[in-house]
Amino acid sequence: MITLQLAWRNLWRHRRRTWLTASAIAFATTLLVFMITLQLGAYDMMIDTSLRVFTGQLQVQRQGYHAKPQMRATVPDAQALAARLRAASGLDGVAARAQGFALASSVSRSYGVPVIGVEPEFEARVSTLPHLIKQGRYLSSDQAQEAVLGAALARNLKLQIGDELTLLGSGKDGSIAATIVPVVGIFESGNPELDRHLVQLPLKTFQEVFTMGDDAHAIVVSGPSHEAIPQTQATVAAQLAPGSGLVVLDWEQLIPGLRQLIQADMVQNWITYIALILIVTLSIMNTFLMSVLERTREFGIMLALGSSPWRIGVIVLLESVYLTLLGLGIGLLLGGGIAVYLHYEGFTFPGMAEIYAQFGLPGVIHPKLSFAGFTLGPAVIFVFTVLAALYPALRIRKLQPVEAIHAV
Amino acid sequence: MIMEHTVICRHVSKVYRQESVAVQALTDINLEIPKKDFACLSGPSGSGKSTLLNLIGGLDRPTGGEITVDGQRVDQLGKSELAALRLHKIGFVFQAYNLIPVLTAIENVEFVMQLQGMAAAERAVKAREILHEVGLDGLEYRRPGELSGGQQQRVAVARAIVSEPSLVLADEPTANLDSKTAENLMQLLAHMNQEHGVTFIFSTHDKLVMDFSRRLITLHDGSIVNDVRRE
Ligand SMILES: Nc1ncnc2c1ncn2[C@@H]1O[C@H](COP(=O)(O)OP(=O)(O)OP(=O)(O)O)[C@@H](O)[C@H]1O
Ligand SMILES: [Mg+2]
Repeated sequence: MITLQLAWRNLWRHRRRTWLTASAIAFATTLLVFMITLQLGAYDMMIDTSLRVFTGQLQVQRQGYHAKPQMRATVPDAQALAARLRAASGLDGVAARAQGFALASSVSRSYGVPVIGVEPEFEARVSTLPHLIKQGRYLSSDQAQEAVLGAALARNLKLQIGDELTLLGSGKDGSIAATIVPVVGIFESGNPELDRHLVQLPLKTFQEVFTMGDDAHAIVVSGPSHEAIPQTQATVAAQLAPGSGLVVLDWEQLIPGLRQLIQADMVQNWITYIALILIVTLSIMNTFLMSVLERTREFGIMLALGSSPWRIGVIVLLESVYLTLLGLGIGLLLGGGIAVYLHYEGFTFPGMAEIYAQFGLPGVIHPKLSFAGFTLGPAVIFVFTVLAALYPALRIRKLQPVEAIHAV
Repeated sequence: MIMEHTVICRHVSKVYRQESVAVQALTDINLEIPKKDFACLSGPSGSGKSTLLNLIGGLDRPTGGEITVDGQRVDQLGKSELAALRLHKIGFVFQAYNLIPVLTAIENVEFVMQLQGMAAAERAVKAREILHEVGLDGLEYRRPGELSGGQQQRVAVARAIVSEPSLVLADEPTANLDSKTAENLMQLLAHMNQEHGVTFIFSTHDKLVMDFSRRLITLHDGSIVNDVRRE
């Protein structure tokens, strides 16, 4: 009790010094809470944006297909299943896809490319590609004899709208799959992988050419928000008949590189944060050393009266805990306030929208309001500042009463 | 043992070593302080008064010899045992700045009892009584910075004796006070010695202060050169 009380009163001996130090902690906390929530918000946005281009947040596939995409590892009766999932989940972002491989040729050139069969009606709800048509139009119906392809591929094949594209591959049963379709649209997503390689056909056309019957290879699901993914995944999984051999893969399984990319970015940011925290910590350590040194005589008196050095050390540590909590409290209020405000208003700065638009990203970031976002920064600051007080506190153990009392 | 002694020193010596120089602060001190004694250590500056008080109080260790306080061999105790001895058996009054600046007068007096683990109600009653006895009624809630030097020393005296220690050590308790205030403080110490039966050892340069003592021990160059009772 007396220990808590003494620590609290000692804190207010030098009001200005205490407020200055608390302000430094508050400033660092505000900055960290703001930056971390913003960063987490940006990651969610990045994930969401990149998933919406083509992959979708979830995919139903035959087990093993993702690791080794074989033509015959199909989802049977795919359009009917997609319709069932649409009804069960209440989401309209559900679409069936089939995928094959073909030699795409124009009059002058040939390239080996993946060919995707899509449901034109639903594809626009799981992928942004249909909205990124730069020339011509998107596929019109399931049965239409037509194709769309990426801008870079079109350039390489020297194909224009209306030109004929020859596709030559092998079907599900091993037979030769061949067709000639006119190009009706050219998309440009900004993603070179897609723009350089991808050809899309209407699903029924694809199934005919590749002798797939009613089969496809994936049901793509795109949920309303990033947070709702696990729940949607459960709903979808519940619709799959047990023993069907079908699985629901989430985006981390579909694009493992995305998480790694984010983690690498996170590490980079934390290096900056730690540097900031270290600067604050050093200034606190300096303050505490000073405040301990100038109280040497007082500690000597306390030792003479029979306090253990241990108790005095605890008092000094408690002072740092109080001070840090004070700074953290203020910082959390400010930083949290900013984060909440921007969560609803959106964060942007002049020019940001233009830069982001080039990458197909929205120009506004909404800081993510999560437990981690609010506590991670303050927790690390707390650990560092308490460690900073540990050194001065431990020095007290070496204090000799006689020398301490004679110190002025 | 015929008489019960609070303090016994046998062949106590203290050598300070600083880098290459060794200072012999005390040489072969033999001393017995009986219970309820009111003894004064005098002697010129550097004669070893503070050193002897510090050794008896367990704030420092002798280089040689034995020191017994209330039956315990102080020279053989470990660090935490010494702290416990000081907490339960010894009261200290120093020259100045004795008090914890962030605590009020009454909190300072309660501090030692608090460390001893005494219940709050009992503490408060005792602290109030002793502050009344040292003449500080009405000043209980002032902090040291709001008290005069004499008043601060009275709080220190109150704190030193409130938990009824076996021994109170006071190193030049009046050195920072004017002679009138010093006299009042000495009257207070004498009163406490008589009323509470507390054993006192104090040091001073001041003739006036020496005159209050019932026993005058004179140190010179780290040795006792005179030890007279003046009853
Ligand atoms: N920490 C120390 N290191 C080295 N020498 C010391 C130390 N403390 C005291 N001394 C020396 O020991 C001797 C005795 O000192 P002490 O402080 O006990 O004298 P004193 O009688 O209390 O003097 P004063 O009246 O000035 O307070 C002196 O020569 C002093 O210089
Ligand atoms: Mg002295």
